[in-house]
Amino acid sequence: MEQAASKIRIRPRPGKAGSRWSMAKKFWPLYLLMLPGVVYMIINNYLPMFGIIIAFKDINFAKGIFGSDWVGFKNFEYLFKTEDAYIITRNTILYNGAFIVTHTVLAIAFAILLNEIRKKFFTRLYQSIILLPYLMSMVIVSYLVYALLSMETGFLNKTVLPLLGIESISWYTETKYWPAILTIVHNWKGIGFLCVIYLASIIGIDPEYYEAATLDGASKRQQIFSITIPLIAPVVIFMTLLAIGRIFYSDFGLFYQVPMNSGPLLEVTNVIDTYVYRGLIFLGDLGMSSAAGAYQSLVGFVLVILSNYVVRRLSKENALF
Amino acid sequence: MTSDNKQMQWIAHAALIAFSIACVVPFLLLVMSSVSSEQTILKHGYSFFPKEFSLSAYHYLWYNWQSLGRAYGITVLITIVGTSVSLAMTSMFAYPISRRDLPWRNFWTFFVFFTLLFNGGLVPAYLIYTKLFVIKNTIWALIVPGLLMNGFNVLLVRTFFVTSVPPALIEAANIDGCGEIKAFYKIVLPLSLPIMATIGLMQSILYWNDWFNGMTYVTDSKLFSIQNILNRMMTEIQFLSSDPNMSTSASETIAQLPSATVRMAIAVVGVLPILVAYPFFQKYFVKGITIGAVK
Repeated sequence: MEQAASKIRIRPRPGKAGSRWSMAKKFWPLYLLMLPGVVYMIINNYLPMFGIIIAFKDINFAKGIFGSDWVGFKNFEYLFKTEDAYIITRNTILYNGAFIVTHTVLAIAFAILLNEIRKKFFTRLYQSIILLPYLMSMVIVSYLVYALLSMETGFLNKTVLPLLGIESISWYTETKYWPAILTIVHNWKGIGFLCVIYLASIIGIDPEYYEAATLDGASKRQQIFSITIPLIAPVVIFMTLLAIGRIFYSDFGLFYQVPMNSGPLLEVTNVIDTYVYRGLIFLGDLGMSSAAGAYQSLVGFVLVILSNYVVRRLSKENALF
Repeated sequence: MTSDNKQMQWIAHAALIAFSIACVVPFLLLVMSSVSSEQTILKHGYSFFPKEFSLSAYHYLWYNWQSLGRAYGITVLITIVGTSVSLAMTSMFAYPISRRDLPWRNFWTFFVFFTLLFNGGLVPAYLIYTKLFVIKNTIWALIVPGLLMNGFNVLLVRTFFVTSVPPALIEAANIDGCGEIKAFYKIVLPLSLPIMATIGLMQSILYWNDWFNGMTYVTDSKLFSIQNILNRMMTEIQFLSSDPNMSTSASETIAQLPSATVRMAIAVVGVLPILVAYPFFQKYFVKGITIGAVK
């Protein structure tokens, strides 16, 4: 019914419109407005989509991209024969998985605490401060981490570890610390962002629930676990599924800048994005890097569609499409 | 009941103060390191309470202001140009697809939306920009790839237009002889200032902070933005510290290069504008974040 009604409204006024000519006359200025954006999206988004065929070719610049020979799945065969394919897939999924869990738990906790604070001045102050890291570029973050971890001049090696009587640690060459370091840095930088989103949905909860609960003698703890968390659950589930849909994409800066592109750490810091970048820029290995890129694009696309399908099953209005 | 409430207040304040300190302290370390003397750092490392203060790093920057000043100029230029063009293109794309009577409206909306679901990745984009458009080592490399317009913003602005520009207003203007383009900038744009301000702020931060395009498409140091200078200086340090065999001579080499304090001083100069401006745009920044999440 509703659809039918809206269709009637859309239909151009009878009489004048209807002919292609008058439609074109009326709407060409609007299409003119769209033109720059359309051209940009074709160049920046759609041409690269078709560019995925590069992964199925043996690129030879003398012949051009279209003239180069098709090699089918050869590039992918090479890629998946190497150990790298396993390492980058494992790292990408494990890191993002850990990030999603820690991020969600901590952001909800801080959002609830932030909501408890009575004085509005402090709420705003804390909110601004915990958003500060989110505002910084990864290059700046890598400087901050370097000031802490540098082998010869770092705060940890020169001040903290001697106090504890521990030998200096060569942070940028020891793999075992990096899963923890990257998780900490990622959370440090991003919690503020997610916390603000969850806070917005907590503020949206009807205060009557809390008033009723207080009258019935419910403690703060009970209120949090029986009112706040169940009521923000839809937003949390939505944000989490969205993140799971993007689990194949990583924060390139985090994995490239923060470990300072250190070779000995690659085993635990190489993710698909950094692998593609290194293959393309430093090694000039188009076959491998384009295959890894196509692998990411295609699996990533499937995951986005799947996660949206799940969101749609849970609540139609929250689905992207 | 009240004691329960009070206890909660204490816990909340304690946890948030702890996290706030964790957010601020690294910046403090950065600033304190930049005002330490070189000798102190080489001997005692970066610390919050340096044994010896010195402004020599800033003196060095002051006397070598050309390269840094140039990088600042580049950063400001790409931020202004990038943000302006981005706002223009985004709103010009969003307005037509917000109009219910636009022919092919659904097709164009999907055209934008699909870019959020699927992307070709870095390799094809890099080849298109370097081989087809030969953008390498030009100022365009810092502005155009990936940053100029984003489908998400287009859809955000479109939704804003749908909900807050009444179609009757445009129709009335059309009847009065006002063309579509004129109606767009005389009526629609003034009505959409709030969303333009929010998106403009997010775009400015994006451009100010971007190092990826510079690192990928620019090798000519004349075109380096502040972030690229910082990035390059980090690469030098990394070169020194990732090779364990070099650690004996490393401290000597560090002393010759732009020193350990100068690096930190440049980082301070890089974040300072954002830190100073942050209190003023903080409110809109929070708005920009929540507006993106609640579509």
